[in-house]
Amino acid sequence: MSSTISTTTSSQEPGGAPSGFEADQGTDSLGGAARAYVNRVRGGDLGALPAILGILALGLLFTALRPETFLTPRNMANLADQAAPIIILAMGLVFVLLLGEIDLSAGVVSGVCAAVMAKLLADAGSPWYVAVLAAILTGVLIGLFTGSLVGLVGIPSFVVTLALFLGWQGFTLRLIGEGGTVPVRDPVISAISDKNLPVVLGWVLALVVIALYAGLQLNRWRTQKAKGLAHQPLAVVLVRIGVIAAVVVLVTAVLSVDRAPAPGFVLAGIPYAVPIVILLLLVLTFVLGRTGFGRHVYAVGGNAEAARRAGISVTRIKVLVFVIGSTLAAISGIVAAARLGSVAPGSGGGNTLLYAVGAAVIGGTSLFGGRGRARDAVLGGLVVAIIANGLGLLGTEAYLNFIITGGVLLLAASVDALARRRAAATGH
Amino acid sequence: MSAPTGRPEDGTPTLELRGVDKSFGAIQVLHGVNLKVFSGQVTALVGDNGAGKSTLIKAIAGIHAIDGGEILFDGRPVTVSGPRDSAALGIEVVYQDLALADNLDVVQNMFLGRERKRGLLLDEVSMEQAARETLTKLSVRTLKSVRQLVSSLSGGQRQTVAIAKAVLWESKVVILDEPTAALGVAQTRQVLDLVRRLADTGHAVLFITHNMVDVFEVADRVAALYLGRMAADIPISQVNRSQVIELITAGRSGEIGIAPAEAAAVEV
Ligand SMILES: Nc1ncnc2c1ncn2[C@@H]1O[C@H](COP(=O)(O)OP(=O)(O)OP(=O)(O)O)[C@@H](O)[C@H]1O
Ligand SMILES: [Mg+2]
Repeated sequence: MSSTISTTTSSQEPGGAPSGFEADQGTDSLGGAARAYVNRVRGGDLGALPAILGILALGLLFTALRPETFLTPRNMANLADQAAPIIILAMGLVFVLLLGEIDLSAGVVSGVCAAVMAKLLADAGSPWYVAVLAAILTGVLIGLFTGSLVGLVGIPSFVVTLALFLGWQGFTLRLIGEGGTVPVRDPVISAISDKNLPVVLGWVLALVVIALYAGLQLNRWRTQKAKGLAHQPLAVVLVRIGVIAAVVVLVTAVLSVDRAPAPGFVLAGIPYAVPIVILLLLVLTFVLGRTGFGRHVYAVGGNAEAARRAGISVTRIKVLVFVIGSTLAAISGIVAAARLGSVAPGSGGGNTLLYAVGAAVIGGTSLFGGRGRARDAVLGGLVVAIIANGLGLLGTEAYLNFIITGGVLLLAASVDALARRRAAATGH
Repeated sequence: MSAPTGRPEDGTPTLELRGVDKSFGAIQVLHGVNLKVFSGQVTALVGDNGAGKSTLIKAIAGIHAIDGGEILFDGRPVTVSGPRDSAALGIEVVYQDLALADNLDVVQNMFLGRERKRGLLLDEVSMEQAARETLTKLSVRTLKSVRQLVSSLSGGQRQTVAIAKAVLWESKVVILDEPTAALGVAQTRQVLDLVRRLADTGHAVLFITHNMVDVFEVADRVAALYLGRMAADIPISQVNRSQVIELITAGRSGEIGIAPAEAAAVEV
């Protein structure tokens, strides 16, 4: 490797001649890192900031308005269940939005897939894993179909998915029948929402998550430093690990408290929906950040022409992204059906899609493509779920609920658009 | 400084075009274009707006399929039917619009489409090291960090990254479409130095520009396109500045250029 680099990195000569790459040499202090962060935010790269502020502000607001119900372990467990399907659907939308595309049919696709599962369970008496696999396969095929229309035929995704939004609703209606509902009573499926990890296992999971996160972060930092690569100050890495650990411990502690409505039995532990979300978060973060496919998704979203000239098959990326989006929609549909205990013709309709798009955008994913992460879906999904949950506790009327949630999405989209203009103004 | 270096011009050109035609629908943009590009030399490709310069290099890169003629690489006829083909031959193109992804950092852009992997994982360590090494070799000192997003770079820095990207790939031919068009004096200087260094390190460089000062500063040969026809492809020592301008604007200058009859026919 180049010897000049390694010497400049190890011996930090103060005031030496500029040799380039000075920001890569890790001499930055915590203060310097903080300044760099403030500059990034000023430049329009808000990252997770709006979502985290939103979670804190809304949490405080609803705690103040409903002190006896909002911040209780029971409501927190409920919140987790409520957020899970939104988050999972939003994860799929993050991929689609990364390309600068949209999937307006994602919500109703989750409905179709849930209907397929429910019919197999109820009418055909299939075992749960067959029904789940069939639902996921349905999602994959739907994604292939949507992705081909967008990527191969070249119809704008807005139009394709608007048409499919209507089309798939008809499909669900045909499967389930007018006015009917199909119950979902399979114990394994229902367990996703109404069973909890044993408390001990919950703590084990929490510790594993923390250890994994800390291990990966520290290991990366060590490699970068040893090989003379660009790296953040150790303090920043440690603070990040500390914050994540604190949040995980806090959440686990709250969900480990007995929240049984009446004495005589114990209801405690992390709802199963949570580890499902965490697993998806890990896998999708890995895919987007560490694989060639993920890199190409960002490239296509940032500059499709540049990607094409670099020999990346833009069509292939588009098709695969829609497949991922619809597959996650299927999983979201399964989790939602487990929570509601049934699938109706309207499942996945109504505000399902709006919640998920809102979650992705609030979390920091850009509607203009090229910027977004899997964690955006989690943070934004929590904001959306807190709004829905809190308004429910306040007993707000439905009309107000719609207006507020719609308003929040508009607000997030405005922040996104303004951030983009700001980036363009300060960028090159 | 523009004394011809490298292989003599009667040797085999690294890249040669023979009678290349290209039409978009009913409009023929390139008419029987011949061109030779030698290793160790900078060939300046000049011509008025719309003369077909960008179209010509897109044909070489395989972005546009040619309708007639042939492309030879190291004397062998080749077919390039896509960016991957031209890259495999060792042809790298820095486009007029640079084709960088603003939302990716310098390293990610330099390796775009050809990421190094370890199993499933991207090998960030080796990619960052190689990118840094290449930038250092080209004496690029103005970048703060190789992990900077490209959106935060200046025009000259972006140009530098795009050129470094081309050099990273052990390319034999580097084609640059107006690399200095939008740059200030100091940044133009840097890029021209970089262009010269490319040739001095053995690359065959094809350099599109509208700037006569640039041409006479770095070029060893000049190729003038006039309305899609190659008016001249000659050593820079055989022409002066006003002759090159005449070739660009009229397709002909004294004895050099398109035959008078043909030039007249084109002008109709
Ligand atoms: N994709 C296309 N479809 C149709 N016509 C095209 C296309 N690309 C280029 N042309 C036409 O081909 C001609 C040559 O264009 P080209 O971009 O190659 O010119 P140029 O020499 O690069 O000009 P400039 O100096 O302005 O960059 C122009 O008349 C242009 O309108
Ligand atoms: Mg051009």
